[in-house]
Amino acid sequence: MASPIIKKYIREGTLPHIWCGGCGHGIIMRNLAVAIENLGIDRDKVCLVSGIGCSSRIAGYMDFNTLHTTHGRAVAFATGVKVANPDMTVIVAAGDGDISAIGGNHLIHAARRNIDLTVIVMNNDIYGMTGGQFSPTTPMGDLATTAPYGNVDRPFDIAKLSVGAGATYAAKGSAYHVKDTTKFIQEGIAHKGFAIIDCVSSCPTYYGRKNKKGGAVEMMELQKKNFVPERLLERLEPEWIEEYDKTIRAMKGGK
Amino acid sequence: MAAKQKEKRVLLQGNEACVEGAIAAGMRFFAGYPITPSTEVAEQAAIRLPQVGGRFIQMEDEIAAMAAIIGGSAAGVKSMTATSGPGFSLKQENLGYAAFAEVPCVLINVQRSGPSTGLPTSPSQGDIMQARWGTHGDHPVIALAPATVEECYHLTIRCFNLSEKYRMPVFLMTDEIIGHLREGIVIPDPKTLKIENRKINKKIPPFAVPKGEIAPQSAPFGQGQRYNITGLVHREDGFPTNSTTIAGELCTRLMKKIEDNVDDIIEYEERHLEDAEVIVIAYGGTTRAATKAIELARAKGKKAGLFRPITIWPFPAKRIQEIAKKAKKFVVAEHNYGQLVHEIRLATKDAVPIEFLGKVDGTIIMPNEIEELI
Ligand SMILES: Cc1ncc(C[n+]2csc(CCOP(=O)(O)OP(=O)(O)O)c2C)c(N)n1
Repeated sequence: MASPIIKKYIREGTLPHIWCGGCGHGIIMRNLAVAIENLGIDRDKVCLVSGIGCSSRIAGYMDFNTLHTTHGRAVAFATGVKVANPDMTVIVAAGDGDISAIGGNHLIHAARRNIDLTVIVMNNDIYGMTGGQFSPTTPMGDLATTAPYGNVDRPFDIAKLSVGAGATYAAKGSAYHVKDTTKFIQEGIAHKGFAIIDCVSSCPTYYGRKNKKGGAVEMMELQKKNFVPERLLERLEPEWIEEYDKTIRAMKGGK
Repeated sequence: MAAKQKEKRVLLQGNEACVEGAIAAGMRFFAGYPITPSTEVAEQAAIRLPQVGGRFIQMEDEIAAMAAIIGGSAAGVKSMTATSGPGFSLKQENLGYAAFAEVPCVLINVQRSGPSTGLPTSPSQGDIMQARWGTHGDHPVIALAPATVEECYHLTIRCFNLSEKYRMPVFLMTDEIIGHLREGIVIPDPKTLKIENRKINKKIPPFAVPKGEIAPQSAPFGQGQRYNITGLVHREDGFPTNSTTIAGELCTRLMKKIEDNVDDIIEYEERHLEDAEVIVIAYGGTTRAATKAIELARAKGKKAGLFRPITIWPFPAKRIQEIAKKAKKFVVAEHNYGQLVHEIRLATKDAVPIEFLGKVDGTIIMPNEIEELI
């Protein structure tokens, strides 16, 4: 029996989902559902935008206004939704490759504008959907299908990158640390401005197997042992739409 | 006669006229990235939108601008972007998304000389085939080409009307000649304009097309329908599927949206075709030289006429076939190495000899160059 949260927020007709057993993405999806429930936001007023990847399939599963877009571009699509209809709560869910490789430019510029979006990264340190290639968050030395002798790229810290670019809320959560991560997502959505919650997810199928990290349970235990959830920043600064609308009001735009 | 009095005569640049037309059509969101020779479209949108309660955003690149207007339109606001050559290339992936996900939006492409960075400030019509085939996969396309500043105004409105009606991106394929030209134009009383708005029916699945209708009737986001938009092959309810049957049906329906309605979409202009033995075919900025050339030729007693496609895509093949029957020769003039001429050859199948005049050096085709071929 599905819990009331699942019943309310998951489109049961779209199940079973595509995520492998032990994938952390599903836990992060549930955290988002709980965060919205706790905030009491009307589902009709929530827009969930995603790009392409295993993580991005979340858009199809959740019962909001959902926009499943092109690889890397979710933040730019979401910017358009928010600017066109600021009354909506606009959330982006993305994989690490989606948000920080192909979508890195959109991420930093949305953060710079401090536009009122919330970005949830389902960060499994690997390209899951395309079969285990290294991503901008894969640690150096780790194995991936395109790093058969060990990854020589240095990784990004996505939360810190966003802070450097101007995000006004940033936190790091994980699939294991459900309570903290849910709280961060909730804070990020409530925050007026650009918020990012970089969540450690796990990919036992590709990353785990390639790097001998064990199965689903062992990978969760690693998160428990090695990861500390952390809020990096929460600060109020001028938000893009609020600033823009001062001009509209000064011109009595549309009146 | 009250309506007449509200007409305004103004001096505008083609690029500015596009923005005025867009605002008259209801555009309230513009996302762009500067690029010559389209930049004035963004600049004018930045000036005008807050005045009418709309919003302008300068994005980090053209890919983002295209994405943003699709998002804006999904949220129910008529949205537009503008670009030139390199930017048009960058927008292609998301244009395919908008076509496949059936999100209305308008793109102004002020064509410049290419390929690559080319001659950024010189006119061209080099993106005609990219407009048709630029994004991957088979997809429907509507593209219009204005020949005057006044037409920039009216065709931008038409672009919005078609995009809302057919629920797809629509291109205004203008060029540096028209984009940077200043002409006095009449701006009609807004009340006299025909403005098309999205048909909405929340009671049917978001991507179902009711019998006798052209396109889906989903509501904008935020109005209680809570559906999914995706670039994956999707069912009528918006959710992805791997069904090859549905994939085939969906792609076919999207192509038929255009094929079954060419008469509604296609517009063209004809001059002196009653007696024309030589028909000059030109469109967009090139039309101006063609018109003059025909005047010069007729003054010398030559029976020349003009056929100007206003709708470039879908291509007016049927009408071309009809006029080919009466003509002794076609002269096709384009600012490229030969693009639309291929469609003309395809349509006429050697029924009439075709002389082609193309230019790829960034200079403008002159009337006498066309006249020599008449
Ligand atoms: C323009 C483009 N390039 C490449 C791809 C192929 N692709 C699909 S998903 C993906 C990466 C997915 O990795 P990530 O974003 O980390 O998400 P995950 O699947 O791990 O959740 C890639 C490269 C694509 N769909 N579009």
